[in-house]
Amino acid sequence: MDVSGANLQLDSFEELAIPLFDRLYNFAHWLTQNRDEAEDLVRETYVKALKGFSSFQLGTNFRAWIYCILRNTFLTSRKGLKARMTVPIDFDEEEEGPESAIERDTPETLLLARSGHELLQKAIDELPLHFREILLLCEVEEMSYQEISDTLAVPIGTVMSRLSRARQTLRNQLRPQLQQEAGLRILRGTNHGL
Amino acid sequence: MVCESWKERLDIYLDGELPDEEMRTFDAHVRNCPSCSADALSRVQFRRAIHLAGKRFTPSAEFRNRIQQSIASKPRRAFRLGWMLAAAAAVVLVVGTLTSTYRGNRSDRDQVFSEIADLHVATLASASPVDVISTDRHTVKPWFQGKIPFAFNLPELQNSEFSLLGGRMTYLEQTPGAHLIYDVRKHHISVFVFQERSLPARLTDSSLKPAKLSFNMETWSQGGLRYFVIGDASAVDIDSLARLFKTAS
Repeated sequence: MDVSGANLQLDSFEELAIPLFDRLYNFAHWLTQNRDEAEDLVRETYVKALKGFSSFQLGTNFRAWIYCILRNTFLTSRKGLKARMTVPIDFDEEEEGPESAIERDTPETLLLARSGHELLQKAIDELPLHFREILLLCEVEEMSYQEISDTLAVPIGTVMSRLSRARQTLRNQLRPQLQQEAGLRILRGTNHGL
Repeated sequence: MVCESWKERLDIYLDGELPDEEMRTFDAHVRNCPSCSADALSRVQFRRAIHLAGKRFTPSAEFRNRIQQSIASKPRRAFRLGWMLAAAAAVVLVVGTLTSTYRGNRSDRDQVFSEIADLHVATLASASPVDVISTDRHTVKPWFQGKIPFAFNLPELQNSEFSLLGGRMTYLEQTPGAHLIYDVRKHHISVFVFQERSLPARLTDSSLKPAKLSFNMETWSQGGLRYFVIGDASAVDIDSLARLFKTAS
């Protein structure tokens, strides 16, 4: 046998890591909000992951593991530290009334579908980091609560409450913009479907 | 509010994170409660919009190459001893002739699947995966009129776990076709439809089976059209969607 353990390890890493490249980059760009910084973040993540791959247990959740590395790398960067400073210390302990989570957005949702992605992308961009990342992990990366819990290193209960508040915050941020957009459309006479 | 307690857990239900028993109870309630079903629909639309908007950034090809090269494993030598290499060379001369046709076919096959998989992945990674966003087949199908040189049927999805997200035009080997995207339990599945006679022969081999692919895929020919169903969903789901298409066509 001339197949070295190192080569086997490299093969496994490549097989696991390359398919996640586009998604990791997308997530990194959302976090950093800058192409160059996103590239640096992804590059550093791959370097760290490759270096630490021997500690990764094959068969466990590689995706959560590498996302966790990317997020931790970001949080220790200058931009990440700055973003953390803006998070209220007790943001997960805030109680949320049930009513705020059950508002309907049918007209806004319809308008959202018509207005393209720009309004939504802008609103996601403006979310605080802790809401932006959990929303992206759930809605875009389609991670389970357990995977999100592993990635963010928080209990599942926190995942549920933070996710609920992230969705609500996004709705609240969108509402005035969508109402304004709806008004403009009515003025222009282009809002026949609503 | 009669449904307040249900609605408090509606997001968890839509995330598929309730225990099985509670999931079934919730299913039954949402089906029979107009208020909760309207709320659920609204939330699903909102999430779908976030999902599409969230796939916003694509890495440059140059950056992708750099990363791939930095972690690519080095080719391994199968034999260490010189005499074994010499013997292998002699064997290659004989066996090579016999296997060249097979390898050629396999290479073509793999290329077909790579191209289909590339189309699938590139579309899902794009900021606007679909040009016509609708869950209604009666909206999506007419959208293709005048854009592609053939017509096709879309299956009825009621009583199935699949939902239609939308469609877009696509090209395979310069041949125009329809690309439809479906959702099943958070997995996206692409269905490609092309006119069979317009495709190169290597793409229309009915015995096509992926050699090694991280996606599941099915392909068949029906009514002069070539169908490809591909995605990271289970083989059972891919087969179910393929059967729905076969029945509709």
